[in-house]
Amino acid sequence: MNHNALPLFEVFIRSKRGLDHRHVGSLHAEDHEQAMEYARDVYLRRSEGVSIWVVNSSDIVASQESDVEQFYDPMDDKPYRHATHYDLPDEVKSM
Amino acid sequence: MNSNSDNKEAGKQDIVNYAIALGDDSLTLGHRLSEWSSNAPFLEEDLALSNVALDFIGRAMMFYSYSGEAEGAERNEDDIAYLRDCREYRNLLICELPIGDFADTMARQFLVDVYDVGFYTELMKSADETLAAIAAKAVKESRYHLRRSEEWIKRLGDGTDESHDRMQRAFNDVWGYTHELFEVDKTEQSLINAGIAVDRPALKADWERYVQSVLKEATLDTPDGQWSIRGGREGMHTEHLGYLLAELQFMQRAYPGLEW
Repeated sequence: MNHNALPLFEVFIRSKRGLDHRHVGSLHAEDHEQAMEYARDVYLRRSEGVSIWVVNSSDIVASQESDVEQFYDPMDDKPYRHATHYDLPDEVKSM
Repeated sequence: MNSNSDNKEAGKQDIVNYAIALGDDSLTLGHRLSEWSSNAPFLEEDLALSNVALDFIGRAMMFYSYSGEAEGAERNEDDIAYLRDCREYRNLLICELPIGDFADTMARQFLVDVYDVGFYTELMKSADETLAAIAAKAVKESRYHLRRSEEWIKRLGDGTDESHDRMQRAFNDVWGYTHELFEVDKTEQSLINAGIAVDRPALKADWERYVQSVLKEATLDTPDGQWSIRGGREGMHTEHLGYLLAELQFMQRAYPGLEW
């Protein structure tokens, strides 16, 4: 089998109930079913989680380095979007 | 399992031997699977096979440590694993066969996994509480093993011409070793009557049905079963077991009592 020909999958694990799934890594597999089993065998050998998501890596759309200027820079000078920008009335104990 | 017992007085030594035989099944197959570590077709499968190997070796440890305790704590699980020669091993022959190629490994694994799921489901009902507890743990592992091996059989059987042919050849080569899975001697029969051992002959019909349906889906023919080999439970082994034990037992044989 040509391993390089196998599609790549991204693996997300929920470590316990109530928490979000987090990206833990990736693996190669023939299809979703096999990816799910390999995720179990590769990333859950030591009881690391209670739920698995596998996603075809090619289905993930990632932002690009060239997007930085448009995507992130404009936010840097808008501190009023943070709650901490505002003076809190004394009545509000904590935020 | 037959609980209408006409022989409640199953000998303690018979239970010890029974547990050792089950441990031998697990250890030999676990050792075989471990031979794939670092040699599997790709990383993910390498880890998966190693996980399965460890499940079997863990089972062997539980069975051996129970037999050691039951016979009076003169031997621990390491003594039982490392200090017996071929003729004292009681594993079913199918477990000791070499790994061959990936098709051979998966054909054997699938046949054993179907058997194990049936076997441990029944052993959970054993009148012997320790055996029942080991079975409860093992059956969960085996269900996962079966899920994996069954998928490989379908994937390879119904894959390319070459994967189909190699899968078919693998099943033809191993088939004669499956009859022994469902045969018991007098001693085991008395443990069955006492509600301790699993009635293996009774597992055969379900096993055949399951195996045949998966092979059919995988576009493979069920071998015709014209030949059969047996003897593992009597200590009559294939030539392969000696080589397996030579590697498995080397350290304890070369350096008796070595601990690490």
